[in-house]
Amino acid sequence: MADAFEFNVTIPSDTAQGHEVQERILSELEKVGFPDQDLFGVKLALEEGIVNAIKHGNGMDPSKNVFVKCEYDGVRVRVTIEDEGTGFDPQDVPDPTEDDNIEKPSGRGLMLMRAFMSHIEYNDKGNCVVLEKTRSVEE
Amino acid sequence: MSAGQRRLDIEQIGDVTIAKFVDKKILDENNIQMIGNQLFGLVEEDGRKKVVLDFTAVEYLSSAALGKLITMDKKVKAAGGKLRLCSIRPDIYEVFAITRLNKLFDIVDDQDAALAGF
Repeated sequence: MADAFEFNVTIPSDTAQGHEVQERILSELEKVGFPDQDLFGVKLALEEGIVNAIKHGNGMDPSKNVFVKCEYDGVRVRVTIEDEGTGFDPQDVPDPTEDDNIEKPSGRGLMLMRAFMSHIEYNDKGNCVVLEKTRSVEE
Repeated sequence: MSAGQRRLDIEQIGDVTIAKFVDKKILDENNIQMIGNQLFGLVEEDGRKKVVLDFTAVEYLSSAALGKLITMDKKVKAAGGKLRLCSIRPDIYEVFAITRLNKLFDIVDDQDAALAGF
């Protein structure tokens, strides 16, 4: 597949550098004509995934890194985001849409990643998330 | 007001304050913090009670931004005021719908609708 690409980036726990990685992934996807409506969701999910890794995973510790791998096979983009934190159990994150939680100002990142990507998966330790988006068929 | 760029355009129409987001992307932590401070200042420092947040410019926002909006809604309600959101583009509205925040917030189509009966 001519459009396929793959790259790895390691960044320190710095959200500005996290945004640079995001921009790189999005610009590569734009180049291969990834549909706009899909890019919106990918951007949101990358924002949540990378910020989670930096803030919650690495606790903003500048000595810890975030490892990002991006693979595109012409149909599906797969982004793996791994931090150096102790991990968490996604099952422990309360449902932010429950009445008791709806007014809490946090806990929506995971939900948005699930909603906007085709598939998301955490490793057992909970310090690595894989985000997958299959491109829509354009009319 | 703390130093830093203004992240909201403020307009007063009668007793209603329209706060228009300047940024296309409400993502960056520092940016969200500044927006939060400016929003909260409208209620806590200026004592404004009827506030409309206009999202015309906004193309992206993150869950951290949603958190600030929820806190703003609480502050306005605690002060006995009302908060309305308007001019949210469809893909951003989807973010509100997925998180069920479209039920928490009073969301209307545009500024005219926001001012009507406020």
